[in-house]
Amino acid sequence: MTSVYDQYEIVIGLEIHAQLTTKSKLFSGSSTEFGADPNTQTCPVDLGMPGVLPVLNTAAVDAAIKTGLALRAEVNKESVFARKNYFYPDLPKGYQISQFDKPIIGKGTLTIDLEDGTSRDIGVTRLHLEEDAGKSVHDFGADNVSHVDLNRAGIPLMEIVSEPDMRTPEEAGAYVRKMRAIVRFLGVCDGNMEQGSMRCDANVSVRKKGTTEFGTRTETKNLNSARNIQRAIAYEAMRQIDILEEGGEIVQETRLWDAQKNVTRSMRGKENAHDYRYFPCPDLLPVRFDDARIERNKQEMPELPDALKERFMNDYGLSAYDASVLSSSRATSDYYDAVVAGGKRDAKIAANWIMVELFGALNKQGKDIEESPVSPENMGKMLDLIADGTISGKIAKTVFEEMFDNGKDPEAVVEEKGLKQISDEGAIEKIIDDIIAANPKQVEQIKNGNDKLIGWFVGQTMQATKGKANPGIVNKLLNAKLRS
Amino acid sequence: MSLITLGLKEAATKLKNKEISAVELTKATLDRIDERNGTINAYNVVCHDVAMKMAEESDKRIASGEAGLIEGVPIGMKDLFCTKGVSTTASSKILSNFVPPYESTVSGKLWNAGGVMMGKTNLDEFAMGSSNETSFTGKVLNPWDTTLTPGGSSGGSSAAVADFMCAGATGTDTGGSIRQPASFTGIVGIKPTYGRCSRYGIVAFASSLDQAGAMTRNVEDAALMLRAMSGHDPLDSTSASNPVEAWDETLNDFDPKGLRIGLPKEYFIEGLDPNIRKAVDDAVKRFTDAGAEVKEISLPHTKYAVPTYYIIAPAEAASNLSRYDGMRFGYRAEGENLAQTYSNSRSEGFGWEVKRRIMVGNYTLSSGYYDAYYIKAQKVRALIAQDFANAYKEVDVIFTPTAPSTAFKLGDKISDPIQMYLNDVFTVATSLAGLPGISVPAGLVEGLPVGLQIIGQAFGEEKLLQVAQAHEKMCGFQMRAPNATATAA
Repeated sequence: MTSVYDQYEIVIGLEIHAQLTTKSKLFSGSSTEFGADPNTQTCPVDLGMPGVLPVLNTAAVDAAIKTGLALRAEVNKESVFARKNYFYPDLPKGYQISQFDKPIIGKGTLTIDLEDGTSRDIGVTRLHLEEDAGKSVHDFGADNVSHVDLNRAGIPLMEIVSEPDMRTPEEAGAYVRKMRAIVRFLGVCDGNMEQGSMRCDANVSVRKKGTTEFGTRTETKNLNSARNIQRAIAYEAMRQIDILEEGGEIVQETRLWDAQKNVTRSMRGKENAHDYRYFPCPDLLPVRFDDARIERNKQEMPELPDALKERFMNDYGLSAYDASVLSSSRATSDYYDAVVAGGKRDAKIAANWIMVELFGALNKQGKDIEESPVSPENMGKMLDLIADGTISGKIAKTVFEEMFDNGKDPEAVVEEKGLKQISDEGAIEKIIDDIIAANPKQVEQIKNGNDKLIGWFVGQTMQATKGKANPGIVNKLLNAKLRS
Repeated sequence: MSLITLGLKEAATKLKNKEISAVELTKATLDRIDERNGTINAYNVVCHDVAMKMAEESDKRIASGEAGLIEGVPIGMKDLFCTKGVSTTASSKILSNFVPPYESTVSGKLWNAGGVMMGKTNLDEFAMGSSNETSFTGKVLNPWDTTLTPGGSSGGSSAAVADFMCAGATGTDTGGSIRQPASFTGIVGIKPTYGRCSRYGIVAFASSLDQAGAMTRNVEDAALMLRAMSGHDPLDSTSASNPVEAWDETLNDFDPKGLRIGLPKEYFIEGLDPNIRKAVDDAVKRFTDAGAEVKEISLPHTKYAVPTYYIIAPAEAASNLSRYDGMRFGYRAEGENLAQTYSNSRSEGFGWEVKRRIMVGNYTLSSGYYDAYYIKAQKVRALIAQDFANAYKEVDVIFTPTAPSTAFKLGDKISDPIQMYLNDVFTVATSLAGLPGISVPAGLVEGLPVGLQIIGQAFGEEKLLQVAQAHEKMCGFQMRAPNATATAA
């Protein structure tokens, strides 16, 4: 029986605000460093004092160009900053300098990678530059006052708006993860969603499957992780479907995600929507640049996730899914590249070790790959020890644990713990002969056709050698001796 | 010899030659201000201590041979320029307690060149007005006749210069605010090309139009003072990188013979006061007598200039004035909540004319009206600029009256904004086109000065000043307010 929810399709568009990693603000020389005391990183421009003027930080322009190129988007050689007018205490000038009808980046595409190994192209409507507002801190103590911290006021942001092309919460999650990967590869944004350097708003509507008209959408704000984005969209879609199924209508409004209660709540309706009175900022000239500037940015760009993924698939024969996981961050792909060492080592075995053992151990400790106690060099050496028969794959797990816990060199671990595989046929044969001699009953049963007991002898041999006997040789010898 | 009647260049020369000292000149000027400002109200703040200290420094630099361009010369600073540590109010209640922690680029350049700050001159509130009657600190009186306006918005500056309360004063001109007061007080006022002077630190009125300029008693002084004020500023993205020339040194390298003067027919229409018309005609005749050519030209979009200006300027102003919210600086009137504090602070802090323009500006920018007003006004603005570009294919400079009348009575137009706005009819087009314009005294009508406006080509300040200088020489007179002259002798 299908649920009523299955009769609907979700339509999702995302707006991402990515804080740029420039050293100074978008229109002033104030520092952008995170975590300073309130209002210590401000100047008259950030404070909106009389007569002072904005001057564009050209590093932000280059960051936008690079991101635009990475999104295979139109780079507009002329764009315009506009004022978005509204009153709020954390907005010192009474307007935000943003871009409106002439953004620096136009239509582009982001390819998302799904768990099943497939990919989808999601349209990017536009990318524009704007300054952040300050932060209001409502500290309702006995005084019942609010404080404003303007350190954030004027910090450069890229707002990236997608087309309403996503259809599932998982696709939205994949979109955010991919966008995060790209800005981090480019080094234009640190992608830290918890600190707020990447924020996301989701536009969600639902419609009956098979229809083409869009439903009324809501905008949900305050989504600070890929997981929350997926959960919020799933909640919001169900909420809307419930309303429609009960014969109600969706109200176009802005909603807020409550991560504690896992619900979205109404923030303001359309009737309270501001009239921002946008107009071109007369303090700034249109942003103009030539092809040479675009070309220079192109030259400065690193290899991006999609290109890496393709290389990993073509050169190393990885599956689409493995390739996309290993190209999801610069640190991961660098690690993987270093382990594979240009094809010197088996690329698939390397991928498995990194994705299963290493990621598993890192996740347990909540560490990033940059903090891995196992260096790519040591991981590589360990794979070499497996490949040349010094240790078995099973022993390698013990070696890896030791490497991960103590950051040790794999050869040292093998030496110290005496884990070296016994591949000397004579030595193994002697041990096997002893075991056979000690267990005539079992030998008899095999002779009577109970082949399964060979496995029991393998176990006995491994136990006797503390797992160090080369399993291939053990199998070969036992088969030869017992099946004859 | 009266120290206070010395022109800017004249004083700078005497100071450099150590014929007079900066301290004695400053003292004499401060005495003059103390004697007259109670009547004229040209200054919002008089900087006795700062001025004396600056004068002492000037004398030291002169002694050590390090004199700047205008070393030791008394300057009046329009109270729209932020001056570090010195009250800057824009003649508004909302900034009545504001002391900037930074210096405007233009005032900084003048102090670096040796100028001595006498004080901050009165203006229409936020430079919005044509009569200096919208000032929170009270109206300014015209030294020629204290029942008359000195013009606006730079009325404090024009009155201070005309009344010998400084050798030169800064002005700002958004739609005529330097040229019209210069015309009304018989002095020289130049608004250079948009971008010549940095706007950094000038309290903004309408950013795409605001431009600083010089107000002095003769053309040579204006050339020298403008030279000291001009230049590219990395803090102002709209400031021009064109090199600043020594305009005061090339003033006389010019022969009116062959100069092509354009007279736009749209400016000499039926209803123009014949006395004003005659003053311009007399000026033209002086030039034609010297071999210049005159040509009637057409600036067909002239009639749209005032409405276009009064859409664009209030729109920008509405946004520029949003920062005065009582939160971080300036006047605050507490309310019971945030919205009320905003509302109370702005209602009490701004005067009527400022509020009117904020209302108009927000209206024309609001969705549904933006295309019909703001966008259309921008298109007309481009056509107005094109009119001038076309005209300059045929002529070198354009002559017009500066204002449609001589100084009018205080109180006459203040209750009728349209009448007040129409006083800008000859000056706003130049501002919309970003062109340089200068008002020079061209004669008297019923005992009151009339200004000739000379409009130049973009960044053509050199030619503009040469023509103005030639006119001044051919006139053979500089005008002085009789009352001021009598008391200054």
